Amino acid sequence: MTRKQRRGILIGSGVVILSIAAVLVMFAFRESIVFFHTPSDIAEKKVEAGKRFRLGGLVADGSVKRAQGTTVQFAVTDTLATVNVSYTGILPDLFREGQGVVTEGKLEPDGSFIADTVLAKHDENYMPPEVAKSLEEKGVKLGPGAQHKSGTGY
Amino acid sequence: MIAEIGHFTLILALAVALAQMTVPMWGAHIRDARLMSFGDSAAVAQFGLLIISFLALTHAFVTSDFSVLNVVQNSHSEKPLIYRISGVWGNHEGSMLLWVLILGLFGSAVAVFGRNLPATLRANVLGVQASIAVAFLLFMLFTSNPFERVDPAPFDGQGLNPILQDPALAFHPPFLYAGYVGFSMAFSFAVAALIEGRIDAAWARWVRPWTLAAWMCLTLGIAMGSWWAYYELGWGGWWFWDPVENASFMPWLAGTALLHSALVMEKREALKVWTILLAILTFSLSLMGAFLVRSGVLTSVHAFAVDPDRGIVILGIMMFFTGGALALFAWRAGTLRQGGLFAPLSREGGLVLNNVLLSVACATVLVGTLYPLALEGVTGEKISVGPPFFNMTFIPLMLPLLLAMPFGPLMAWKRGDLRGVAQRLAFAAGFAVLFTVIVAAMTGPGPWLAPICAALGLFVLFGAITDLLSRARFGDVSRGEFLRRVVSLPRSAYGTALAHAGIGIMVLGIVGTSAYQSEKIVALKPGETAEVAGYQLLFKGIQPTKGPNYSEQIATFEVTRDGAAVTTLLPSKRLYNAPPQPTTEAGIYAAWTGDLYVALGDEQPSGAVSMRLYFHPLVRLIWLGAVIMFVGGAISLSDRRLRVGAPQRARSRPAAVPAE
Repeated sequence: MTRKQRRGILIGSGVVILSIAAVLVMFAFRESIVFFHTPSDIAEKKVEAGKRFRLGGLVADGSVKRAQGTTVQFAVTDTLATVNVSYTGILPDLFREGQGVVTEGKLEPDGSFIADTVLAKHDENYMPPEVAKSLEEKGVKLGPGAQHKSGTGY
Repeated sequence: MIAEIGHFTLILALAVALAQMTVPMWGAHIRDARLMSFGDSAAVAQFGLLIISFLALTHAFVTSDFSVLNVVQNSHSEKPLIYRISGVWGNHEGSMLLWVLILGLFGSAVAVFGRNLPATLRANVLGVQASIAVAFLLFMLFTSNPFERVDPAPFDGQGLNPILQDPALAFHPPFLYAGYVGFSMAFSFAVAALIEGRIDAAWARWVRPWTLAAWMCLTLGIAMGSWWAYYELGWGGWWFWDPVENASFMPWLAGTALLHSALVMEKREALKVWTILLAILTFSLSLMGAFLVRSGVLTSVHAFAVDPDRGIVILGIMMFFTGGALALFAWRAGTLRQGGLFAPLSREGGLVLNNVLLSVACATVLVGTLYPLALEGVTGEKISVGPPFFNMTFIPLMLPLLLAMPFGPLMAWKRGDLRGVAQRLAFAAGFAVLFTVIVAAMTGPGPWLAPICAALGLFVLFGAITDLLSRARFGDVSRGEFLRRVVSLPRSAYGTALAHAGIGIMVLGIVGTSAYQSEKIVALKPGETAEVAGYQLLFKGIQPTKGPNYSEQIATFEVTRDGAAVTTLLPSKRLYNAPPQPTTEAGIYAAWTGDLYVALGDEQPSGAVSMRLYFHPLVRLIWLGAVIMFVGGAISLSDRRLRVGAPQRARSRPAAVPAE
């Protein structure tokens, strides 16, 4: 085999693996991308029931209700609209009323949201960038704690 | 006063780094030995100054000097000593100081241990290394000075985020940074080689130990982070494909590929251009990791308060070094001579396959991590890319890699005998399939992919053993001769086998815990019992206690299995004093077959406590595998032929020594 043929085999197999990966990536993107919406987006963008997405905003004050068993009810708001959320499981330590939250799940036909994930955060002052940005776009003023001048490398 | 000394030595280190960046490279250009050797003393001096600076900041933290702003923001007088020390790097400014300290450590190691590097190469490497230090020192001094004073000094500090007050996490950043920054050595060597336009097997022999050391530290650092997330976050997972995790995983993948391509270059002088490119990309991914983590542009569950403005500066530094190095690469790579020939089916061919799969896998992780940013920039849509994406793209690429892994080390250089190797691996493959069938029959139905992955994990593990046995000619020679050969195998052979076995063991842990985990969320009142995976947990109640800087609610569980007492689990919830923040401490019992795991939730109005119970089969193998990989790397690093500073001697050994 000449040097050229050998190089051809090498490059050829590289290209084959790369294109397999590219197909996998396209396929996976179609299957597994999750959109992010705020409560007022749901009406604006006509989000359908049964489709998985992330709902983000602030936990409405006074809305957290712990029922019997392990289901928790709370409301997520961007001050323009509010969505009732029901979640079965353990809430993260830093879940609090009046603070930013991101949940993932599906909308029910009645307009409530069944979350199977409530994203935990490790820092009281952390506001997920989508939440901060969408709240800003909606004209909601964030407290001084939303941006905190110190970070770690973890 | 001591803080000012720290600040002052930091400025001095910058001055020294500026000189180290220019003088030796100029000396290499005009071939002036005196100017070139200036780099050695500068590198050592720079490291010395950075040590003083780092000790000054540590002193401020240990003595709780609240006139230093950084200490006020990140420490508290009640904190135990170990967390006052780890608080030094538990914040942006301090962690940057640790970053430049490690950068200086590697630079001075080249100066001290690289005595027999060609003088021009050493001068250029130290020059490039210093330029990285200059960029980060400027960044620190202008935007992130850890020694800034505050007047009047407050009475006490704000404390360190309690979730970071943990032994595994105290040492996670130093290891991670040693990995990230260690790859800067490969980068500096690559750029220096491009500047000289000359690169050979000796170059690879010098680069490999540094890359190996960095890779070991990164492996352990990532494993510590994963271990911490597992027990501290109370949700029982060990990997979430979160952007911050991916940021550390991408350099690991690229670095693993680099280790293997450098091997081809050292032994066969092939893949030169690719190795250089990989060295540049690996460090660029490390810088990108630093940017992603600090800038907070992506939503991460692991994000701590971040600072977008300063993150952007790191992006600038990354673009400067990556762009500059790639431009130099485009200009000079053509001048590098082609190396040895090899057939596609050979050790080289196997290592190329390893490189292609690892770098393509790294690329899919990169695409998945950055796609949300790109889409938001283009369409304004906000999306997230979660674990399903990575499972669908990353796992299919890893399966052929695992399958090929045992073949690689058994293949001959240049032209391999696939059938012969397959025969030698028949036992390993047979055992792997047999084990898997038995286990699958015992555990009952699960996901169809799980037994396949488990078989691959076992195949990798047995394949590593086969490699050692066949190197010692097991079966071909008498038992005494075999034992003599086992003892005298080169340490690098043991290193390879251990590192590969570590991967196999890790795969078994991943399969066990992902496919066969049991989870239960329950609300229990004192005196009630729950059952998970055959264990009965009796909830006895909750007792309050006090720790050094927190108050704690400890729950007691009596664990029994088939009526026999197993253990007592004590999961708890803590409320720290400063900052007042709750944390969940999981109660974990490690059995041979897996971990029993209890994490507490909230107390309900009825008096019941919600809690999460898990059984994670084989989960410990994940971290055990990482530790074995680290040990394998260390053994390989101690090989005389690989030892830093001993490359020439190894080369001049008489060729008459029998190969096996």
